[in-house]
Amino acid sequence: MSAAQRFLEVKGLKKEYVAGNPILKGVDFSIDSPGIVAIIGPSGTGKSTLLRCINRLIEPTAGQIIFDNSDVCLASGKVLRHLRRQVAMVFQEYNLVERLSVIENVLSGRLGYMTSWQAWRRNYLQSDINNAYELLAAVGLEEHANKRADSLSGGQRQRVGIARAVMQDPRIILADEPTSSLDPKTAVEIMELLEKFASEKNIPALVNMHDVKLAQRFAKRIIGMSNGHIVYDGAPEGITDEHLKKIYGGESWLD
Amino acid sequence: MAGLNKQTASTQHNPFPRNWWVSGLWLVAAIYLVYSVNAMGLDWDRFTAGLGHADNLLSRMFPPNFSRWELLLEGLIESLEIAVISSVVGIFLSLFIGLLAARNFMPNWISTPVRGFIALCRSFHPVIIAILFVKSVGFGALAGILTLVIATIGFIAKLFAEAIEEISFKQVEAIRATGASFVSVILFAVMPQVFSRFIGFATYQFDSNLRNSTMVGIVGAGGLGGTLFSAFQRFDYDFVAAILITIIALILFWEFLSTLVRRIF
Repeated sequence: MSAAQRFLEVKGLKKEYVAGNPILKGVDFSIDSPGIVAIIGPSGTGKSTLLRCINRLIEPTAGQIIFDNSDVCLASGKVLRHLRRQVAMVFQEYNLVERLSVIENVLSGRLGYMTSWQAWRRNYLQSDINNAYELLAAVGLEEHANKRADSLSGGQRQRVGIARAVMQDPRIILADEPTSSLDPKTAVEIMELLEKFASEKNIPALVNMHDVKLAQRFAKRIIGMSNGHIVYDGAPEGITDEHLKKIYGGESWLD
Repeated sequence: MAGLNKQTASTQHNPFPRNWWVSGLWLVAAIYLVYSVNAMGLDWDRFTAGLGHADNLLSRMFPPNFSRWELLLEGLIESLEIAVISSVVGIFLSLFIGLLAARNFMPNWISTPVRGFIALCRSFHPVIIAILFVKSVGFGALAGILTLVIATIGFIAKLFAEAIEEISFKQVEAIRATGASFVSVILFAVMPQVFSRFIGFATYQFDSNLRNSTMVGIVGAGGLGGTLFSAFQRFDYDFVAAILITIIALILFWEFLSTLVRRIF
């Protein structure tokens, strides 16, 4: 561990859903500074799989994921749950518990810190409840606290999703296509929120994206993936049409 | 486009050919039905003679006789207790059995045997289970309660398992990603999605247990059924009518209550 804080290191990560047909073919990168890191690449290239390996929603086939000085791939049971609560996730389709209220969804970010018995009795710390309302205000939804999550619009739901993620008090945020189901204006607002929380908490946010322009606008660093490999890793200004051709293939879509 | 107007040289196969096997099976079914009616000796004379007996029974049933109301009330209370206890115990057990049988949460080596157990619970009619329990634990309400617990598991655990299998896994994924324990995932991601359906299934099952609790007594497993059966055997048809009216009142009262319950949830 050098002077620069190392948030995450991925070494030789491989994932095969079907034996002999890898979707991730050895991915290496490390994240040493806070801020937004965008992962771009075509559909089906393993971006979602990569993020889900980091919090072990998907089991990696081979490789190492070093987070908080331990290998996530080897963790299980309580150790894994303790790693997961420091790795927050934001989803493309928001994945809110639709029949719970907005504030309950935000508070569910604390479940990793509670016993099941406390969860059953909804026995949250008063400080957590205060934080949850503060976060809801920060994403501009304080008046919706007691509405059911399924009564919100897409953009509002994603704000709740971000509030839930930040509620975990994470050391890294993973966002899987957080703006792909949203209109362009809302997408920018959501990216601004991610940027704001990442800098407030001084943590990195690893964001899968389709929209190269949006990625270049918000990211401090872009990782381009193609066919299970990283083909670009560097500053957003450094991306050229050549790189994009390599990442997405073809060129007729470039203007 | 292949021209619709063009005459093709060869005749195409009719896609709806007559299937002689299927026609033959229908014919066999019809012959069997006619044979069965003859074998049972069912004809119009038998039917009219039967109606005469029914007329006799009805005239002896009315007016209903509520003079032995203490006996009636005692049976009724016992039936109600059987229904309540067996529903609470059965539904509580079904929550866990249903979860264990849900194939999206449990590995096959757990869910398959649990599904087998549920199927076993459902394979016998409650009367047969009641007879088995009366023979094994003796006459009385205990046999009735055990019977209806089994019947409840056989039905409700399966419905619970199916409801759990139909939930959206995205919400489960999100709660799991917060580092929540397995039980917390069930409490926060599964229960909210299935709770209202569970309430519906549970009220429906209580309804069914209420009816069955008035029946298990016929084979000696406690409740109003015992009273009903002995009244039949002593040809106290006016008392039988009183019991039947009481059962109808009981079911209607629950119907009223369950509408209220459903409105709340």
